[in-house]
Amino acid sequence: MKSYPYQNPSRATWAEDYSFLNNDINNDEGLAFNKSYLKVKDLNLYIHKAHILKNVNLEIPDKKVTCIIGPSGCGKSTLLKTFNRLIDDTEGIKYEGSILVDDTDIFDKKTEITDIRKKMGLLSQRPCPLPMSIYDNIAFGCKMHGERNRKKLNQIVEEQLKAVGLWEEVKNRLHAPASKLSIGQQQRLCLARGLAVEPEFILADEATSALDPISSKHIEELFVKLKQDYTIILVTHTLRQALRIADHVIFMYLGEVIEAGSADEIFNNPKQELTRKYLEGAFS
Amino acid sequence: MRLKFIEEKIAKGFMIIASLAVFAFVVNIIYTIFRRGIPALNWAMISQIPAGGYYNGGGGGILNAIVGSLYIVLCSTILGLLISIPVVFYLNVYLKKDSRLAYIARLAFDVLFGIPSIVYGAFAFTIMIYLGMHTSLGGGILVITLLIIPIFIRSMDEVAQQLPKDLLDSTYALGATKLETIKVVLRQIAPGIATATLLSVGRAIGDAAGVMFTAGFTDSIPTSLNQPAATLPLSVFFQLSSPNADVQDRAYSAALILIFIVLVISILGRLITNYFSKHKI
Repeated sequence: MKSYPYQNPSRATWAEDYSFLNNDINNDEGLAFNKSYLKVKDLNLYIHKAHILKNVNLEIPDKKVTCIIGPSGCGKSTLLKTFNRLIDDTEGIKYEGSILVDDTDIFDKKTEITDIRKKMGLLSQRPCPLPMSIYDNIAFGCKMHGERNRKKLNQIVEEQLKAVGLWEEVKNRLHAPASKLSIGQQQRLCLARGLAVEPEFILADEATSALDPISSKHIEELFVKLKQDYTIILVTHTLRQALRIADHVIFMYLGEVIEAGSADEIFNNPKQELTRKYLEGAFS
Repeated sequence: MRLKFIEEKIAKGFMIIASLAVFAFVVNIIYTIFRRGIPALNWAMISQIPAGGYYNGGGGGILNAIVGSLYIVLCSTILGLLISIPVVFYLNVYLKKDSRLAYIARLAFDVLFGIPSIVYGAFAFTIMIYLGMHTSLGGGILVITLLIIPIFIRSMDEVAQQLPKDLLDSTYALGATKLETIKVVLRQIAPGIATATLLSVGRAIGDAAGVMFTAGFTDSIPTSLNQPAATLPLSVFFQLSSPNADVQDRAYSAALILIFIVLVISILGRLITNYFSKHKI
């Protein structure tokens, strides 16, 4: 693994512990060939009179892990929640510009908000299982979208629990409350629940920050595995995590996208002074 | 000894005294009811309607009041739930946290919460006169429903306001509309629904003033909503008002039955809620 000039040595060592992830962080090839299904054009977002996101222009590469990094309050989570319009419920919200998903503007009045959200699986900071059984957590979304066939539902539950590596751990207690699972298992269940409605994207908002190191590792492994089928957008506070799993990195500061590019470019050769300083740990 | 430890001991002493005072109060009430009510309690009392001259020491029982109270409590609880749940859901899911409408609605429910039941009774009575209605089971159900709706709403709302935002977001993220989150919301606030139901049942079954004007009182069991209905609190009141000591003792038996009904409903409510809230996160 290469060393990263703007990371301190202990971080690089820590990253090497995760070499099992076999990440192609330094392998820029492929990024250019991945079509982007998620494009942000001239996005400005205001909450009351505060200008939260400033003229954001982005393209998120398809079937890759994109990490949004930046100091606290820079608008990372706001941007993520704008992708599936969960931000809509915020009082005094106003936005300009557009976000295109499969060439459909998600802000267009004709766009069904539920369709947009169904395309974007969400993994929040703290695992948030629904107040139901493990089985119903997965089946809930499918039932809501009209799947009633019990056999089919059983199959989906099993498939998705297998996809997140939870099946063996819970197959004998599928009807037990989801709240009884450990916090790491809950987070994997939430991921499986999101995958069950067949999204195209997975939005993860600091999805490992509440987890223990082993559970975090599980989730990171899953992201790397799942990027074959899904576009993963991950907001993270942990540079080491971005270093381990990101293919594409977006650096934000005070609501602006300062720099975006392949992980290799950003970590090895940042073009902006601000990015360089952030990676050096001058501010966080 | 340092001052803060002395403070701690004094405060703890107060807490123990306060808890014992409440406990003693409850024990005293229950003891009095049992002491005077048990000897007068018999099968006829709960299985028969009053025979002639019951309130002057004649035979029969208070089945009319037991059935009347159960009719009113069960119907108004169901109606109250059906009206309150949509209100709480609207306040907490559809309206934003700092919505002015939500603020005004909550203020209104607080005011309604504090209005004495006699005022509800008088208000409903005025409407009944206007509509040409007589005192009836329907009138009793109506006034008790109005009486318990603010209790339902405020108790459920307290719990619903604690709904984790992440929980709603997680449900929306699956492509749910606001209405489709109701299954998740109801399961999460199930303990609040139980507490609200228990409080409401307690208030509904024990209220005398509201039903006095609206349900009236009768010695027979109502067979339709248009007929007057007896209730247990009024039955207790009439028996206690009797100069006959035996009849006064029967009032305590009636109170015992009232407490027993509340106890059974409370236990059932707890069991049902425990079943539905086992998944609460």
